[in-house]
Amino acid sequence: MAGDVQALAGGGCHLFSGCGFPAPSLNSFLFPPLFSIGSFHFTKPMLLALICAGLVVWFFWAAFAKPKLVPRGAQNLGELGVFFVRDQILRPMMGKEGDGYLPFLVSLFFFIWVMNLMEIIPVAQFPAMSRIAFPVALMLMVYITYTVLGIRRMGLRGYFSNMVPKGVPIGILLILAPVEILQYTLVRPFTLAVRLFANMFAGHILILVFTLASWYMFTIGIGLLYSATSFLLVIILTAFEMLIQALQAYIFTILTAQYIGGSLSPEAGH
Amino acid sequence: MIFLAASSAPDPLIPDAVELIIGAIAFLIVFGLLGKILMPRITKTLAERTDAIEGGLHRAEEAQAEANRTLEEYREQLAEARHEASRLREEAKEQGIAIKAELRAEGEAERQRIVDAAHAQLEADRQQALTSLRAEVGALAVELAGRIVGESLEDEARQRRTVDRFLAELEEQSGSTTGARATS
Repeated sequence: MAGDVQALAGGGCHLFSGCGFPAPSLNSFLFPPLFSIGSFHFTKPMLLALICAGLVVWFFWAAFAKPKLVPRGAQNLGELGVFFVRDQILRPMMGKEGDGYLPFLVSLFFFIWVMNLMEIIPVAQFPAMSRIAFPVALMLMVYITYTVLGIRRMGLRGYFSNMVPKGVPIGILLILAPVEILQYTLVRPFTLAVRLFANMFAGHILILVFTLASWYMFTIGIGLLYSATSFLLVIILTAFEMLIQALQAYIFTILTAQYIGGSLSPEAGH
Repeated sequence: MIFLAASSAPDPLIPDAVELIIGAIAFLIVFGLLGKILMPRITKTLAERTDAIEGGLHRAEEAQAEANRTLEEYREQLAEARHEASRLREEAKEQGIAIKAELRAEGEAERQRIVDAAHAQLEADRQQALTSLRAEVGALAVELAGRIVGESLEDEARQRRTVDRFLAELEEQSGSTTGARATS
């Protein structure tokens, strides 16, 4: 659990007791190390990342380790997931020639989704993607993939000239070219990582606010009504976050598909 | 206490190096296992499944075509057989009519032959009878006349007696002539 929640539970700070509302803060995203080896501190988000990787691998191992022509049980579910990524994300963005990137996109989608899901899983209750290092790690792989692929396909000069739209008057080109190049080299990777991070960060804070409020306003009397309302919102927001978690995994993956697709076939890049 | 902690917390937009590495490792574990082992397996299975379904459809199509061909053949054979049967029936009918006519003609000829033969026989018999009768009648007439002339024709009773006697004699012996017949 986050630092303030523990502090709050220990402090017994409640409404009408002269105690201010302990709003969640950046501190909610800091964890004491589970163990340390020298200067290396192993924290809860790291543990969650490894557990999530294990969960995804475990599921797909159960589904696809011994695939049958006529699918049963976990294989059905796994195929559903793969078909979703292939038909809703990969094919519309990259076409059939992008099929080689299916394992990458499937891994991305399910890893991000399970990482996000940790926000509403009891005990875990923290979306690892709200620590920006995790989205950045994924973004770097996507960024390197589509940049290297683009340079390999079109050459260094071709890759950069492909960023700029053709048939633009020279005057406008002077303004447009830097913007477009910036778009490919900086804006895309930055937004890709920050979008995922910020959504998970905000979602976690939202749920924390109302969870803390439920506890803070819990007094015998009128406070009970406030507390119940707040708790109802926690439940509604949990459902809402479930949607956001899947949506963000989908958006991250579909943008990845679009960026890689743009490097695969230059015309589709814009 | 909380505000103090918040102010000392690092910028949330600065990635932590260790987390970055752990995150990359976690993702690479997933990607490595999925990309190297699991996805190729399921992709292969999916391709095999498509093959199996397409193969099944193809085989079903072939079987359907084969069945249609056989049905067509049978229909043709059946039509041929029907045609043949009707032809045979027609032929038999014609033959029957011919045989009937032939038999009738033959019967007619036979009947004509028999009738003709009978006619000829009758004619021959009649001629023969006529010939012998002519000879006998002559002799009889001569004899009767002799008798009538020989005996005295006194009265009618006597004449009748003579005629009766003559007739009786004629009845007794056919061939020879005894008896007389009187003329009235």
